[in-house]
Amino acid sequence: MNVHEYQAKEIFAKYGVAIPRGFVANTPKEAVENAKKLGGKIWVVKAQIHAGGRGLGGGVKLARSLEEVEQLASEILGMTLVTHQTGPEGKLVKKVYIEEGVDIADELYLGVVLDRAKEMPVIMASTEGGMAIEEVASKTPEKIIKVAVDPAIGFQGFHGRALAFGLGLKKEEMGNFIKFASALYSVYMENDAELIEINPLVKTGKGDFIALDGKMGFDDSALYRHADIEAMRDESEEDASEREAAQYGLSYIKLDGSVGCMVNGAGLAMGTMDTINYVGGTPANFLDVGGKANAQTVAKGFEIILQDPNVKSIFVNIFGGIVRCDRIASGILEATKLVDVKVPVIVRLDGTNAPEAAEILKSANIANVISASDLEDGAKKAVAAAKGEL
Amino acid sequence: MSILVNKDTKVIVQGFTGKEGSFHAEQCLAYGTQIVGGVTPNKGGEEHLGKPVFNTVAQAVNATSATVSMIFVPPAFVADAVMEAADAGIELAVIITEGAPVRDMQKAKAYAQKKGMMSIGPNCPGIITAGECKIGIMPGMIFKKGSVGLISKSGTLTYEGANQVCQEGYGISTAVGIGGDPIIGLSYKQLLPMFEADPQTKAIVLIGEIGGDLEIQAAAFIKEHITKPVVAFIAGQSAPKGKRMGHAGAIVSGGAGTAAEKMAALEAAGVYVVKSPAQIGKKIAEVLGK
Repeated sequence: MNVHEYQAKEIFAKYGVAIPRGFVANTPKEAVENAKKLGGKIWVVKAQIHAGGRGLGGGVKLARSLEEVEQLASEILGMTLVTHQTGPEGKLVKKVYIEEGVDIADELYLGVVLDRAKEMPVIMASTEGGMAIEEVASKTPEKIIKVAVDPAIGFQGFHGRALAFGLGLKKEEMGNFIKFASALYSVYMENDAELIEINPLVKTGKGDFIALDGKMGFDDSALYRHADIEAMRDESEEDASEREAAQYGLSYIKLDGSVGCMVNGAGLAMGTMDTINYVGGTPANFLDVGGKANAQTVAKGFEIILQDPNVKSIFVNIFGGIVRCDRIASGILEATKLVDVKVPVIVRLDGTNAPEAAEILKSANIANVISASDLEDGAKKAVAAAKGEL
Repeated sequence: MSILVNKDTKVIVQGFTGKEGSFHAEQCLAYGTQIVGGVTPNKGGEEHLGKPVFNTVAQAVNATSATVSMIFVPPAFVADAVMEAADAGIELAVIITEGAPVRDMQKAKAYAQKKGMMSIGPNCPGIITAGECKIGIMPGMIFKKGSVGLISKSGTLTYEGANQVCQEGYGISTAVGIGGDPIIGLSYKQLLPMFEADPQTKAIVLIGEIGGDLEIQAAAFIKEHITKPVVAFIAGQSAPKGKRMGHAGAIVSGGAGTAAEKMAALEAAGVYVVKSPAQIGKKIAEVLGK
């Protein structure tokens, strides 16, 4: 789960990670009130969406008067912001964050992620603040300093010094920076974060460090013990079909091909997509029905797949382990009664009780339900059907 | 021969009396696995599926001399269960539970390593030595005894791969589902040398997926240390970047962990890489030359 910048900063503040003062606003009027509360002569109006690259997309603007705050807020609120992370369809801006201006002497990068190879959190820092870190990593990897922290000992002074020396900080700046990094490590560990990014991390003229931006992602499996974070969920930022699927225990991701897929197991679901590609087609989605598939979940799966107008055929690929194929076959039959499935449905059922399942489908004799003998056969038939060649 | 588990392996079940634990323990018993008891706190002294229930893993190990624990406890209690097993001297924990927090697994694995306990999973189908011992949730009947070792991040691709291998007339020595979470126990790099040393295993199937770099590590290891033929498939060639494909660890982040780079690394290490999972069986048949 991801949160907005203003929410990440709320969490930062609780742990003493310095942030500029700011307030979130839903209307231009509220934006002006917030600017008045903040005082000063310069404000930043920032679009709140779950995607990076907002500045380049025109979602972050500087205001030098209250009139300008109002004008910028009314421009940004309601705009569809397109960045390199939103996809071409962009994201609708529903909230803006009004922040005080900050004295910027230098822009750095600071992040915390899990290093899967080392199996511990790694703090990453770079002097190349403000740039996309993926780009820095691929073009000038030497400019990223990585320090892994063993949770058994926690964040120590030596971790902080390794980062500070790596960034080339001055002696009098080090204390402030190490305090900042240590607090950020606590934010990461205590909230079961999956990722934290501060880009840019600002060094002020006085040598203080302030998180000018804030991005946080959380481990979904740990949300049960963080009610405060779960409460920050913005459902409008999540894909509606993916969310609907999740409510039924289905894992769905929309793609842009024409062959709908319904599969049990994440690996086989990906493998099915790959096979569709391999035989010359394009998958319309990833859909894992999980280990407890029944008629209702299969019907829901069809419904969600068919919401996508590009879908021209559906490939149901089930390798029954604990899931019994005969139950899936009955589920498919019931589902075709619950949902009006107009496209050809290619069904491959293998594993537990596969012969019984084949019999059920055969005797039902539904015109657009076509049996396949194995994975490749099913993929070929589904691709042919999508092209109208079956 | 086989790796890690065989017909003599004594197994206990943590979360024995729960719905999932009961169902799968029964299936394992039917397969012939020596399940010698189970652990459910506050149910010690009872009998379940004809086997004794203990309050603690230490008591179970003392009474039964079990060396392996199959773990079915709910996600929030997985780390506790793994660490209890390690503390009680269990040699191998097979963690089936899905949805354990990453931070918990990090802590539990670090402690297990300190105690010298191996683990498989979490969020995996388990391990099976065909015809001898099934510790997990896989359908036993598709695993015919034979000469091919299998290591897979995905459960259903384990079944798909094993089924194809068996239909080509070969069988499985041991199959291990290692799971697709960001932090897992035994991985390719630890399991490959076991298969290399196992005289029953003549070839190895390696099934990976997008995310992380375990397959890259495996490629480097195969190049240096593995002489037996390896057939590999990497799931997620057509997966979009930045999207999590079901498994917590299956995500291409920052352009790293793509199927293409893993396939290239394995190919460069002399592995037979297939582009579709439908070709695993045929490739094994080709490699082992019937």
